[in-house]
Amino acid sequence: MASIEITNARKSYGAVDVLHGINLDIQDGEFIVLVGPSGCGKSTLLRMIAGLEDITSGDISIGGTVINDLQPKDRDIAMVFQSYALYPHMSVAENMSYALTLRKTAKEKVASAIENVAGVLGLNALLERRPKALSGGQRQRVAMGRAIVRQPQAFLFDEPLSNLDARLREQMRTEIRKLHRRLGATSVYVTHDQIEAMTMADRIVAMYNGIVQQVGTPLEIYDRPANIFVASFIGSPAMNFLEGIYQAEGDKAAITLEDGTVIPVLPSPQAENGQHITLGARPEHIDIVQDGSRPAVSSNVELIEPMGLSTLVHVTLAGKPVKIFTLARPDLAIGSQVQIAFNMDKTHIFDRQSEQRLLPLNEPRHTQQT
Amino acid sequence: MDGEQAVNTMTDVGNRPAARRGVFSRRVSGILEPYYYVSPALVLIVAVMLMPLILGLSYAFRDIRILNPFSGGFVGLAHFQTLMHDSAFLGALVNTAWWTFGSLFFQFTLGLVLALLLNRHFVGRRLVQALVFLPWAVPTFLSGLNWAWMFNPVVGPLPHWMVSLGIMETPFNILSDPDLAMWGPIVANIWFGIPFFAITLLAALQSIPGELYEAASIDGANTRQQFFSITIPFLAPTIAITLMLRTIWIANFADLIVVMTKGGPADSTQIVASYIFTQAFRRLDFGYASAIAAVLLVLLLAYALGVIALRRAMTHADS
Amino acid sequence: MSTPGNSALRKTVYWGTHYLMIAAFVVFALFPLYWLLKVSVTPNDILYTEGVRMWPSRTTWDNYTFVMTQSNFPHYFMNSVIVSGSTAFFTCIIAAVTGYAFSRFRFRGKIIIVALMLITQMFPLVMLIAPIFRILAPLGLTDSLTGLIIVYTAFNVPFATFLMQSFFDGIPKDLEEAAMIDGNTRFEAFRRIILPLTLPGIAATLGFVFTAAWSELLFALMLVSSESASTFPVGLLSFVSKFGVDFGQMMAAGVLALIPACAFFLLIQRYLVQGLTAGAVKG
Ligand SMILES: Nc1ncnc2c1ncn2[C@@H]1O[C@H](COP(=O)(O)OP(=O)(O)OP(=O)(O)O)[C@@H](O)[C@H]1O
Ligand SMILES: [Mg+2]
Repeated sequence: MASIEITNARKSYGAVDVLHGINLDIQDGEFIVLVGPSGCGKSTLLRMIAGLEDITSGDISIGGTVINDLQPKDRDIAMVFQSYALYPHMSVAENMSYALTLRKTAKEKVASAIENVAGVLGLNALLERRPKALSGGQRQRVAMGRAIVRQPQAFLFDEPLSNLDARLREQMRTEIRKLHRRLGATSVYVTHDQIEAMTMADRIVAMYNGIVQQVGTPLEIYDRPANIFVASFIGSPAMNFLEGIYQAEGDKAAITLEDGTVIPVLPSPQAENGQHITLGARPEHIDIVQDGSRPAVSSNVELIEPMGLSTLVHVTLAGKPVKIFTLARPDLAIGSQVQIAFNMDKTHIFDRQSEQRLLPLNEPRHTQQT
Repeated sequence: MDGEQAVNTMTDVGNRPAARRGVFSRRVSGILEPYYYVSPALVLIVAVMLMPLILGLSYAFRDIRILNPFSGGFVGLAHFQTLMHDSAFLGALVNTAWWTFGSLFFQFTLGLVLALLLNRHFVGRRLVQALVFLPWAVPTFLSGLNWAWMFNPVVGPLPHWMVSLGIMETPFNILSDPDLAMWGPIVANIWFGIPFFAITLLAALQSIPGELYEAASIDGANTRQQFFSITIPFLAPTIAITLMLRTIWIANFADLIVVMTKGGPADSTQIVASYIFTQAFRRLDFGYASAIAAVLLVLLLAYALGVIALRRAMTHADS
Repeated sequence: MSTPGNSALRKTVYWGTHYLMIAAFVVFALFPLYWLLKVSVTPNDILYTEGVRMWPSRTTWDNYTFVMTQSNFPHYFMNSVIVSGSTAFFTCIIAAVTGYAFSRFRFRGKIIIVALMLITQMFPLVMLIAPIFRILAPLGLTDSLTGLIIVYTAFNVPFATFLMQSFFDGIPKDLEEAAMIDGNTRFEAFRRIILPLTLPGIAATLGFVFTAAWSELLFALMLVSSESASTFPVGLLSFVSKFGVDFGQMMAAGVLALIPACAFFLLIQRYLVQGLTAGAVKG
């Protein structure tokens, strides 16, 4: 087990910069999820940790030792590939024992390690099979098993579940989580699926364009996104964004939208009167107000999506689409007007230029990183 | 961490490798790594092909006759001047074009037809494929001898068949007729070369995704339209490269001619490659032979570059 | 549209034509080989009188027994086996590592090496004979099987490399990366994981090179002068000079010599197509 420190790591392919100075401290035993859209450099970073890509500049250390110039085989890490990369000409048992035999581990030890891991992953009946004769989910387990038997300092996962169907993915998600709890091994897990990130991570690292946008626990990231990118990427259905102008007076503040609609927000010491901002509110933080009990603004109902447990109501406000998530089953007619109210404590404001979130008065400045 | 107590079931933590074992050495060995892999091939090619090539080119400017102990001096461009007025060489140049494009046309069209036939599933396809590719494995001089034998009216069936077909009046050996002799080696070459095109084109055909045809037939394309809108465009790159490489290869390929006609009768089948052979090993004039070879090499290089330039111009025009 | 009967008819016509054309190709490919066989079993006295008959009135194995027992042919044959076998072996090793590098590494010198390999395919090889002789003679490699093996290997490496590269291109890079993480160096991963997976490709390359070396006449003729180091094509030519032109014996020797080349080729031709396809898919 070991911690991983990444300091100012950069990667360029010729003139193209793919990673622009990544800083990241991963604690011993932590489960870190790297999340971000396709092409943002997640795999590149992971492969730099593994030693499969050169580090253009900066340092990566595992357990306090800088490993920039070590061969992958000397880094004592294990990796699970998206394609699983099982050796086609070896049986499941051989696949799992390959690394151990290379380390000249005694035969009995190898056998017991394999038996142990196969038991945990339910692979006992498959040990003599070739990968070709396995289902996708079984192959995935073998790939996990191959990583686990080695007892490495750290596990690296590159979208290991993306080739599975939805149900299996969900099941494996919990299983990997349980395994981690049991082994307590430092893990770096790459995905572009924000649900995986939310459910699995101790801490999420949100990346975009080769830059770490924010590092934090899933709830920190969800509740206090550092910028518009993180706010829009995490959460499903996605956060609503409206453009307007900030106005504050005393301990009250509000946003005036393009059509003059005024939405109250928490005042932010970082914002100035007249500043162009983007307002962000998650669908579950907007309420439909039918009894006039709260101050509300008027919007137009476009579409109603019943989802069983909940209902998603699509409205337009100031000409922009807004989604509202509600557990009630509101009785609304399409095309009619509806009063909606923004939950002021949960509504964010972002500077339109820098796209950074402007913090309300009493929120401490932490988890922020750019 | 979020209060979760990790249970450590791991027994031995791997040895921590020593820190920074020379940043420089790994960088350098990373850059050098590919060269370790290619070095054996590189050494071999340089020693056995490139150096002899340069040596050979230098012979073109020297007087090198094996049986003449006084030869070996530099003669400048003398060989090339002789070459300009050597009617046998000029004839050989024309014959080379004949030989190359005559062979190539039939090898390619028949190879393409064969590949298309083999690309359909039918009973016995595996066996058929093995049999029709067999000529490629036959040593060329052996097939040369055999075809020469078959063209002979005394011991071969071909002249008699041609008479029955009405192509020929009386059975005679076309290899001894200066007007027709070239067709002998060409036929042998076609026989030998069809498998090459069939194999490469079949490979290319099999790499065309089947969904393309399905999509096209759903769009209402008939077989002919599918052939011209999918098959041909997909094969085009393979066709272009194999045709080019093969042209060069055939132009250099003298075995069949040397075995079947020795360039005769009356030099009517003498191609440049066989002419080089004659100069070098019959007359033992290696200087002159090298000069001819140099000219041939330059012509072939020019041809290759011309084809590449043409292709580039065409693809640019397309896009 | 067409009625079912109509389309069934069309299908019959299509497949009829298909099989007819296939049959034509098979006959064209095999007839010359058949003729070779026919001449080799025809007794000498009726070779010319029955020259154009499809099958002689009498057949004999005399030509074969002569070739096997009275001539140097078995010796030539052995030389050819040694030369072609070693050439195929060494070419495959060299082409495998080079093809692997072409498939997996991006490096500066690559384009130069590829260009060099392509240009070597344009040489009129005849022109290289004298210079190669010049280079090999002082090393004692003329008139020796070793010299032939070296020359053949060099000539076959370029094409074999491109062939092997296309096989490697079909194997995902993840596999050796997994092996490298599991504890292999890159070269070990190549040897233990990638090579076993390219066995069909290696078979194809082996067969291809073996056949090419087996047929080579020019260099065998020019670099070797003694009987003891002659390969079978040279030996076959010696039938012409030594015994007058004894075609029956020569064809018998030819048929015998065809056997290994054809056997090898029959085994590997399928992989040849597969290998080229694997490469083509990758682009
Ligand atoms: N060999 C290379 N040469 C040049 N650019 C490369 C190379 N490999 C990757 N890139 C670029 O680096 C960027 C990051 O790639 P990377 O594979 O890390 O993305 P990713 O975040 O893993 O995306 P995905 O979710 O699609 O896997 C991409 O824009 C890609 O185009
Ligand atoms: Mg990726």
